[in-house]
Amino acid sequence: MSVKKFIVGNFDDEAVLFPAVKKVRKAGYKIHDVYTPFPIHGLDKVMGLRETSLHTAGFIYGISGTATALGFITWALTTDWPIVFGGKPFFSLPAWIPITFELTVLFASVGMVLTFCYLCQLAPFVKKDHFNPRSTDDTFVLALECTAKTNETEAKAFLESAGAKEIVVVNKETEWWLGRYDKDDTKKIKKEEPIS
Amino acid sequence: MSLLRYESQVRPALVDGDKNYHDVTEDICRPVEVKPSKLWWVGFLISVGLLVFGIVSVTVEVIYGTGQWNLNKTVGWGWDITNFVWWVGIGHAGTLISAILLLFRQGWRTGVNRAAEAMTIFAVMCAGQFPIWHMGRVWMAFFVLPYPNTRGPLWVNFNSPLLWDVFAISTYFTVSLLFWYSGLLPDLATLRDRAKLKWRKFFYGVTSFGWTGSTKHWQRHEALSLVLAGISTPLVLSVHTIVSFDFATSVVPGWHTTIFPPYFVAGAIFSGFAMVQTLLLVTRKVLGLSQYITIEHIEVMNKVIVLTGSIVGIAYLTELFISWYGANQYENFAFFQNRLNLASPYGWSYWIMMGCNVLSPQIFWFRKMRRNLLVTFFMSILVNVGMWFERFVIIVTSIYRDYLPSSWSTYYTPTIWEVGFYMGTFGLFFTCYFLFSKFFPVIAIAEIKHILKRSGDGFKEKMDGVEKEEVEEFAEEQLHEH
Repeated sequence: MSVKKFIVGNFDDEAVLFPAVKKVRKAGYKIHDVYTPFPIHGLDKVMGLRETSLHTAGFIYGISGTATALGFITWALTTDWPIVFGGKPFFSLPAWIPITFELTVLFASVGMVLTFCYLCQLAPFVKKDHFNPRSTDDTFVLALECTAKTNETEAKAFLESAGAKEIVVVNKETEWWLGRYDKDDTKKIKKEEPIS
Repeated sequence: MSLLRYESQVRPALVDGDKNYHDVTEDICRPVEVKPSKLWWVGFLISVGLLVFGIVSVTVEVIYGTGQWNLNKTVGWGWDITNFVWWVGIGHAGTLISAILLLFRQGWRTGVNRAAEAMTIFAVMCAGQFPIWHMGRVWMAFFVLPYPNTRGPLWVNFNSPLLWDVFAISTYFTVSLLFWYSGLLPDLATLRDRAKLKWRKFFYGVTSFGWTGSTKHWQRHEALSLVLAGISTPLVLSVHTIVSFDFATSVVPGWHTTIFPPYFVAGAIFSGFAMVQTLLLVTRKVLGLSQYITIEHIEVMNKVIVLTGSIVGIAYLTELFISWYGANQYENFAFFQNRLNLASPYGWSYWIMMGCNVLSPQIFWFRKMRRNLLVTFFMSILVNVGMWFERFVIIVTSIYRDYLPSSWSTYYTPTIWEVGFYMGTFGLFFTCYFLFSKFFPVIAIAEIKHILKRSGDGFKEKMDGVEKEEVEEFAEEQLHEH
């Protein structure tokens, strides 16, 4: 668990947020994250996030599905217990295409979803702070992390000039923890607050 | 302005009314957050009643065997497999809307995709019941899985279309469920963050998996949706293709035709869109979402219905032509005696099919009809009646008169338990749909917000000035250059 100090700017329009993120990066502030109610295309590039490799993972899962299906059926029907079906050869590849295809799709999708949940730390009873509950409604939240170099008042003024409607300074837990949303368990964390 | 992707004024707005992001959240969350209406309770209880009827019917079948369904020596598939194919077909529209239309960048899918995907999942759940209970000794159902067993191990027949079906349907169900649920996560987080009641905070807290809306997470979410859409597209085509293989790979006159895969897929989309219309026309009315599921959405879906209905019509005629042109006496008998001939025992079902699927959708060539809610609702039911009869015609008229006239079954009629089982799946389907519409947002909130500034009514008006300016500027430039 690590608690850090953040300067949080709340925006009400993505058209304002977009240039603000650019400016903030140019000025050298450390962006913790930007929370938005819906995906904003290009924002990841502006923030300097690298392209996700989830596609590649999906491809690998898919290929392993293909290999599993072909390998298993070949072994079962040609080596383990060869049976003649309708006078066809034991190795009757065309008849195996449907199952091979289905397993490819199954492996790719299940694998990708699990990887997605793992990478984003998504699971039942996982709890995370996202600064403003309205960030899942209509507010775009830009959270700057306070480092040793950050001048708080300067940063606040900077965010305001960039168009933020509401700016707050908060201490927040950055990692996920196991918890329930109907119970306020943030108090426990605030006790351990190391920041003066 | 650079952020807004430009969309022409010619395209109708997809969200009516001057909405902002908060309005979208409010409008779509409201039905979830208020107490269910009396109408909801009435519908829900009727559905549960049907479900109970279905459970009783299935229990009778399990105790006394499939003989309770009046199946006989040649008609071994009767209503049961007819219903299976019918429900699987209905499921296809959801994946088409969520996957294929995502790849085709069809903005209108955002209003209807969530409900359509839910419909897919429930329809596939219903479909799955039929082959399982049709096994008779249902406690042996796990025999269809290739697991190491004490009989050798004796593996399942990987060359059999019926086994392909096992893999196709279970994969289809799993992938649809994952696709639907991963799309639901951000919206469940919206509900969680708005929740006032303790149980809501708990329920939506658990189901939203701790979604925050972080940019990195959105980036991965987009990648996931795109790849899932990409692989669901061939999947949805493969599923009904494989269902059609159940028939097409046999040597039964009436089934043994190569046109089946495309014909089945078109028919599936046809009936699925009809079911989407039935559900959404009621949903938008009861939940007050007509600004999100607009008349434009309904018109577009009616266009899909007339297109796929006509494809199905061409397929019927092609089948007839080929059976005549092929000059095979058995094929000829199946098509011209058992189906086309109105005087034959099941001739009437063929003509109901023709009337409902081929003739009646032609009404949608007229714009006025496509935009008429009453006509659309009536048609959506008619189409599904027709599509049920299509499967009935394919199954029963092909097998009630075998090669041996001595084993012709004079008349196959279903029993109350067979009908009850079918009604029971309606109960299952609507019980699930009622619960879904009560506890989950029936429209994808985040996706609507994503298209709001491009296709929202209020924003389109604001963009109006921009468009005129640009067009005039462009015209002027062109004028000076030449």
